Amino acid sequence: MNIKLYVQTLLPALGWTALLTVTSLTVGVALGLVIGLARVGPVRSLRNAAAIYVELVRGIPLFVQILYIYYGIGYLIRNIYVPSPFVSATVAFGICYAAYIAEIFRAGFQSLDRGQAEAARALGMTRRQTTRLVLLPQAFRNILPALGNEGVALLKDTSLASVVTIGELTQAGRALSSLTLKSFEVWTVVALIYVALTLPLSWGVRKLEARLRVRGAAHPA
Amino acid sequence: MSAAPLIRLKGVRKSLGGKEILRGIDLDVAKGEVLCVIGPSGSGKSTLIRCINFLEIPDQGTIEFDGAVVRPDESLDRHRARVGMVFQRFNLFSHLSVLDNLTLAPSRVLGLSADQATQRARALLDRVGLADREHAHPAELSGGQQQRVAIARALAMQPQAMLFDEVTSALDPELVGEVLEVMKGLAREGMTMLVVTHQMKFAREVGHRVVFLEGGVVAEEGKPEEVLERPKGARLKEFLGHFS
Repeated sequence: MNIKLYVQTLLPALGWTALLTVTSLTVGVALGLVIGLARVGPVRSLRNAAAIYVELVRGIPLFVQILYIYYGIGYLIRNIYVPSPFVSATVAFGICYAAYIAEIFRAGFQSLDRGQAEAARALGMTRRQTTRLVLLPQAFRNILPALGNEGVALLKDTSLASVVTIGELTQAGRALSSLTLKSFEVWTVVALIYVALTLPLSWGVRKLEARLRVRGAAHPA
Repeated sequence: MSAAPLIRLKGVRKSLGGKEILRGIDLDVAKGEVLCVIGPSGSGKSTLIRCINFLEIPDQGTIEFDGAVVRPDESLDRHRARVGMVFQRFNLFSHLSVLDNLTLAPSRVLGLSADQATQRARALLDRVGLADREHAHPAELSGGQQQRVAIARALAMQPQAMLFDEVTSALDPELVGEVLEVMKGLAREGMTMLVVTHQMKFAREVGHRVVFLEGGVVAEEGKPEEVLERPKGARLKEFLGHFS
């Protein structure tokens, strides 16, 4: 086993995987929050639009979404802007995960005691202030474990980005495999790296979950 | 008590879930008056009090405050800011410390500086006997303490009137007294108060006037000793019978 070759190939690939996870999750959470807010908001048309978004995006395989955005949309707008594979993948992951994260936010908001919003409104706070200062912090605390799980899932899903030629772990594994012809060895190492990345993440999520549960048990809402 | 009422309800009607809860309420609350609202469950007491700060928007009728009709538009937040409300289930902001519960609205709604808001909050916590708990979170307090914080939170807005919606109903019996004490203090200082309550002793001792709500209308009203000691209607007699 050529350790040096493995390190040279897989280390930068690991960087791409990590970077893609972070950027995609950022887009996914930001967009998911907006859509989730629309989903529970007072404006019916926005509620409907958000619901359609969620159903549409959840109905299309992520793999197809990536191809659609990089090759499909990319071709359509080629005269105006040519997105890089990285930007395309980030957008695709962000859009896809936003749908799932929006549902998590929706559940988070809907699980809150109605009295919290009433108390805020009764003090003269606007709807916006109520959401930002009272509901969002509480919802966020409740959904943190679920968001963590999405992060773990996203990390693994970034392997799909290899299809648009991003040199992330899976893409690097393919290159390494055809170079060395040692498929079993290469894919074992790649698989183990994914595990090494996700294990601490899941562990962190579980710790967080446990801590929130204890807090919830000690202080019933 | 001055002649012009601070709060005036005219023909207020409200339906919830297809059922008419309030069926034409006319009611005046004078400045500095402590008005206690009693009645069986489902009589519309809570809905009535929630209509005054428009947590429920009346279907019909008007609510005047300080001589002006309150409208459910952009001015509503300003109206709510001058009417304090305390809930049965406290509804303290569970993610914030006691101190932050008291400073949030004064700083965000009234624009007080952090120092001003904190100063005001500490004075109020001292007044409700919780000066040493400002860093606690609501879930770390007893029900009675939470409700006292909730009263202080409402007072931090320096409201012109206070609404109390069965504020002792969710409390263990031994914790009721500490909350009623705070309310008595407020009444002594001349705060205009609308108190939905099952505490007949409080109504008798602190209330200036008692209203008996039955089936969404005011069935009887008058001085506490009249309404509570010499009830006219059979329904009120029966209702009061549950408390003796």
